[in-house]
Amino acid sequence: MAAVQETVDRVKSVDVDAYKYGFVSDIESEKAPKGLNEDIVRFISAKKNEPEWLTQWRLEAYRLWLTMREPDWARVDYPKIDFQDIYYYSAPKSTPGPKNLDEVDPELLRIYEKLGIPLREQEVLAGVQERRVAVDAVFDSVSVATTFKAELAKAGVIFCPISEAVHTHPELVKKYLGSVVPVSDNYYAALNSAVFSDGSFVYIPPGVRCPMELSTYFRINEQNTGQFERTLIIADKGSYVSYLEGCTAPKRDENQLHAAVVELVTHDDAEIKYSTVQNWYPGDADGKGGIYNFVTKRGDCRGDRSKISWTQVETGSAITWKYPSCILRGDESRGEFYSIAISNGRQQVDSGTKMIHLGKNTTSRIISKGISAGHSNNTYRGQVLAQKRATNARNFTNCDSLLIGETCGAHTIPYIEAKNASAVFEHEATTSKISEDQLFYCMQRGLSAEEATALIVNGFVRDVLQQLPMEFAVEAQKLISISLEGSVG
Amino acid sequence: MIEIRNLHAEIDGKQIINGLSLTVQNGEVAAIMGPNGSGKSTLSYVISGRDGYEVTGGEILLNGENILEMNAAERAAHGVFLAFQYPLEIPGVTTMTFLKACLNAQRKSRGEAELSTPDFMKRVKAGAEKLGVPQDMLRRALNVGFSGGEKKRMEVLQMSLLEPSFAILDETDSGLDIDALRIVSEGVNALRDPKRSFLVITHYQRLLDYIVPDTVHVMSKGQIVKTGPKELALELEANGYRDYVGEAA
Ligand SMILES: Nc1ncnc2c1ncn2[C@@H]1O[C@H](COP(=O)(O)OP(=O)(O)OP(=O)(O)O)[C@@H](O)[C@H]1O
Ligand SMILES: [Mg+2]
Repeated sequence: MAAVQETVDRVKSVDVDAYKYGFVSDIESEKAPKGLNEDIVRFISAKKNEPEWLTQWRLEAYRLWLTMREPDWARVDYPKIDFQDIYYYSAPKSTPGPKNLDEVDPELLRIYEKLGIPLREQEVLAGVQERRVAVDAVFDSVSVATTFKAELAKAGVIFCPISEAVHTHPELVKKYLGSVVPVSDNYYAALNSAVFSDGSFVYIPPGVRCPMELSTYFRINEQNTGQFERTLIIADKGSYVSYLEGCTAPKRDENQLHAAVVELVTHDDAEIKYSTVQNWYPGDADGKGGIYNFVTKRGDCRGDRSKISWTQVETGSAITWKYPSCILRGDESRGEFYSIAISNGRQQVDSGTKMIHLGKNTTSRIISKGISAGHSNNTYRGQVLAQKRATNARNFTNCDSLLIGETCGAHTIPYIEAKNASAVFEHEATTSKISEDQLFYCMQRGLSAEEATALIVNGFVRDVLQQLPMEFAVEAQKLISISLEGSVG
Repeated sequence: MIEIRNLHAEIDGKQIINGLSLTVQNGEVAAIMGPNGSGKSTLSYVISGRDGYEVTGGEILLNGENILEMNAAERAAHGVFLAFQYPLEIPGVTTMTFLKACLNAQRKSRGEAELSTPDFMKRVKAGAEKLGVPQDMLRRALNVGFSGGEKKRMEVLQMSLLEPSFAILDETDSGLDIDALRIVSEGVNALRDPKRSFLVITHYQRLLDYIVPDTVHVMSKGQIVKTGPKELALELEANGYRDYVGEAA
C-alpha cells in the first residue's frame, strides 16, 4: 500500500528528465586502445595479472568468436555494431584494485552515493536499514569496492570480484568458469569470454545459508566502452544464497554495448535466488543512444533437489536480448523464472527463458509480464524442453502482455517440446490493454491518468513483484512508474 | 447543488443529450427514470467528465462553479461521485490499496493532509461493516470475481469513504438481492445530508421505496420531459412511459 502511494508520488515528482541516473561522472580512467585483437585480449589479461591458463582460455575464446556470426533471429532491429570501434578495457585511474574503501577515489564513492548504493559499511550498520546487503560495485571494467567481506568470510562465504578470485581461489574458478555457459555457446558469450573485465564471484560452502543478501551494482561510465562482466555463483550442497544485481549507465547519444555472462551452479539441495533490476539507459524518445544489452545468463541445477530462481525487472536498455535459463540436471530439481519487462519509447525487448528438463521429476515455473508503451516492441521468447530421461517433468508457463496505447507491439513465442511422454507442460498466455473504461473508472475516483496507469500496471505485475526481496520490490515499483512516464496522453 | 442548463453533448459525433436542464438542490434526492437508451448513463458520464463525451452546448455548475473545464479526476476531487452501472475490475490491485490511493489523491488535490494508515483502516472497516462487506473482500483485487451485487455494494462503500457533495447512482439496485437492496439503501440514506445532493438512476419503484426521492424526473431522448413528486414513480410503474415519450422511443 505504502509502496503504491510511493509509486504515485514518484510519478508526480518525475520531471521531463526521467532517467535520473543519466549523469556522466568525471573520473580519470585508463583505457586499452580501441578495437579488438589478440594483443588487446593479452593486454586485459596482463592488466589483471592473470595466470597463463586464463590468458589461453581467453585467446581460444577470441579465436572462436572470429569464426562465429552475430545472431539475427531475435525480434530486434539495430544498425550493425562495429566491434573495432569499442574500448574493451577502462579502469578508473586512481584505483588499480583498492584494498579497502579508504583507497577508493572519494569521487567514486560520491557517485555510488548518488546512485543510492551504500558502500560504507559503518553507514549501512548505523542506518535504519534493517536488512544488511553486501555490495560489490563494478565501475566500467573493474570492481571498485566490496562490502562486508570480513563478516561473510566468517560464515565461509566467498564474495569478491572475479578478478580477485582468480588469484585467491584459482581451483574454484578453473573448475566452474565456462562450465555452464561454454565459450562456444553463442556469439556474445564467446566475446565475453575473450574480453570479460570484472564481475562478482560467490561461493557458498556446504550447508551454509548466506547470512545476508549479496548484491552487485554495475555502472557503465566511459564513452564508447563495452561492459563485459562475468559473474559466477556456486552454491555447494545444502546451501542458500539470494543475490541481487542492479545496473545503470549515463545518458549518451551513442549506443553502448553490454555483453555479460552469468553462470550459476547449485549442488544437491542447494538454492540460488538471483534477482535483477536492470535500468540501463534506454535511449531518448526518438531512439537515440541507449545500451545494447546482450546477456547470457544460465543456471545449472547440477545436484538433486536443487533450485534456481531468476527474477528480473527489465526497464532499461535500448535493446534487450536476454534469456536467463535453467538446466534441470539433478533429479527433482526446480527452475523458476519471474519476469517483468517494460518497454517504452523506441525500446526493443526480446527476452524470456529456457527450462531444460534433464533429470527425473524436475519442475519449472515461468511467469512473464510484458508491458509495452510508446513505439516499443516487447517479445517473450521461451523454451521448455524435456529430454528422454526426464520422466515426470512438469512446467507451468504464464505469459501476460499489457499494451498501453496504439503504437506498441507485444509478441509471445513459445517453443515447447517433450521427448518423454510423461511430461506435463501447461502454457497460458493473455494480451490485454489498459481499457479506457478502467482509466475513466480510476479517474472518476480521483486518480490522474498517470496515477491510474501506474496503479493498473502495478496490479498487472504484482505476482512477480512479490518474488523480489522487499527493498528491491519498492525500487522496482518506482522504476516501473518512471519508465512509463509519458505513456499516457 | 448541481445545476445543468440546456446541456447538449455528443459521443462519436452522435448527439445523445439534447438540451437537458436539471437542478438538484443541496439535501435533495432526485430520481431519474426513463426508457433504455434515453441517455441516462451518458448524462452521468458527461457530468463526471469522461473523455470522448463532448459538450457542445450548455453548462454544468457544481455549487456555483463551472466544472466543464475540469478533467474527471479534478471533478472527483471537487465532490462528483459516480456509482457505475457496470463497475470495472482492476486485477492485482487490492481493494484497500485502491481505496487508499483514491482517497489520498483527492485529499492531496484539495490541499488536505493524507490520511494515516491506521485512520484510513478505521474508516474502511467501519464503512465495510455497515454495508455488510466482509473484511477479506478488502484484501482481494478490486471487483475481480465479485458477484454483481458485491460490486454494487463496493460502489456504495467507495461513495461513503469519499464523501462526495454530489453523487450519481446509476442503476445501483440492479443485481442486488432483497436484503442487499435494503442494506445498500440504508447506506445511501445514512449519507443523506443537507449539504449533499443525489441523482438516482433507476428503472424500478422498488428502490425508491427505500431511498425515497424528493423529486422524480423522466428522461427521454436526451431531455427531461417530465418532473414531479415521488408519486410520479408509482404512476410510471403502473402505466409505463407512454404518456411522456413519443412513439419512436
Ligand atoms: N459511443 C457511442 N456511439 C454512439 N452511440 C452511443 C455511444 N454510446 C452510447 N450510445 C448511444 O446513446 C444512447 C444512450 O445510451 P445510455 O447508455 O446513456 O442509455 P441509458 O439511458 O443509460 O440506457 P439503459 O437504461 O439501458 O442503461 C443509446 O442509444 C446508445 O446506443
Ligand atoms: Mg444506463
